[in-house]
Amino acid sequence: MTLAALTIARYTLLEALRNRLLWLLLVVALGAVGISGFLNELALTESRQLQAALLGALLRVAAVFLIATFVITSMVREANDKGLELLMALPLPRAVYLLGKLAGFAALAVLPAVLFGTLALFFAPPSQAALWAVSLLCECWIVAAFSLLCMLTLSQVLPALAAAFAFYLLARAIGTLQLLGHGASAAHSAGQQALGTAIDALALLLPHLDRFTRSDWLVYHDGSAADLLAIAAQTVIYVALMAAAGLFDLYRKQI
Amino acid sequence: MSMGAHVKPVGAVPRAVLALLALTLVLQMLWQANAAPPRARARDLPPAPSLAALRLAALGEPVALSKLTMLYVQGFDEQAGVSIAWRVLDYANIALWLRRVLELDPRGQYPLLAASEVYGAVADPARARVMLEFVAARFAEDPNRRWPWLAHAALVARHRLHDLPLARRYAQAIRLHATGPQVPAWAREMEVFILEDMNELDSARALIGGLLRDGLITDPHELKFLSDRLDQLNQSTGSNQQDGGPKP
Repeated sequence: MTLAALTIARYTLLEALRNRLLWLLLVVALGAVGISGFLNELALTESRQLQAALLGALLRVAAVFLIATFVITSMVREANDKGLELLMALPLPRAVYLLGKLAGFAALAVLPAVLFGTLALFFAPPSQAALWAVSLLCECWIVAAFSLLCMLTLSQVLPALAAAFAFYLLARAIGTLQLLGHGASAAHSAGQQALGTAIDALALLLPHLDRFTRSDWLVYHDGSAADLLAIAAQTVIYVALMAAAGLFDLYRKQI
Repeated sequence: MSMGAHVKPVGAVPRAVLALLALTLVLQMLWQANAAPPRARARDLPPAPSLAALRLAALGEPVALSKLTMLYVQGFDEQAGVSIAWRVLDYANIALWLRRVLELDPRGQYPLLAASEVYGAVADPARARVMLEFVAARFAEDPNRRWPWLAHAALVARHRLHDLPLARRYAQAIRLHATGPQVPAWAREMEVFILEDMNELDSARALIGGLLRDGLITDPHELKFLSDRLDQLNQSTGSNQQDGGPKP
């Protein structure tokens, strides 16, 4: 069973490499260096910090965008080519298929994390660059797991992409939304309090990605082992949750 | 496998398609060549958004947004093709934008440099005071990190505004509040600088020299900026002009 999952993971990774994803990542890295380098030249002071912050923010969004898009389009291609039906016809539990796909996407996310983490080394000490890269890897894993779930559930490219990006934006903004919600509830309006409660409930369901892959670590070098631990724990919990939800959906599917 | 293996030669494309491609390309270039050239038009800096709106827009990256916002504000006096004199900018609005930048990244120093050294160099005393007050108010929030900018502000108050009591107040604030171990002893003696009969160039040289000696200026862009300011002061002292700044 493990061998079957590993084979599925291997072919998922091979598909990504044949889709020239590595080249795309290199182009993105060069583009981000170019843009942040140009903006760095405009700065009167803190030029290095400015470049580090903007490069970190750009690479982070680019990595997540590429991973989410690849997961969704790859799953659609497999469904259109009847690859999913072929795999389901084999004497394999459906869980093996899902775990194999997840492992493949997880291995794929190592590419942007290592490449972009290497760039971060130019701005931060190795420990901080490593923390940033590991956090980016965890963020990509969460987004990949959510995108996989979206594709299994929604089965269409556009709704799945929209749901994945909406999830990502919400997960990154949820901390601020909570602060705003609590500020509003202080006004004692029933509507505002209800809104605050709804946001708090949403915050319980989402991973707080605003605490992941922070450019502060590259600028002020203040990331700690506690940050890493919290990120790792959140990633394990959330990827397991997405895998369980995916399995729930996959076992109910009529294929 | 290379991409070329999957592609037929150009000759396989119907001539009509090639002609259409060439025609539309030429049309596009003619269209753009005849379009009116972009006209530089100065725009006012819009009102600063609320901190909550900026935090929401930052998506958990307040430091990156802070740096980007600072470049946006800085670009407003040098918009594409148009240079706006500082004396026509809305300084209250600029101060609010700088405050937002600092609130997003309280460890950043850029807005304080911009306030004390860029916008504070305006010839209009009322506008310069807005910036000096901004620096003084923000200094109070983190004196041990922000004292160099209040020191610059004290020199502006002394030599540009000729307001000795204000300059002494700033120097006194540094002595009383910037008491951390990382603050050099000479910083707490700023009042002597202010009271001494030094001209602006000598005071600025002493301050920037002290900051350099203590390793408090490390950014090459900041070093060049301050060195250019000293050159400007040198020239204006030499020609005995009373100009308020490089771009009043």
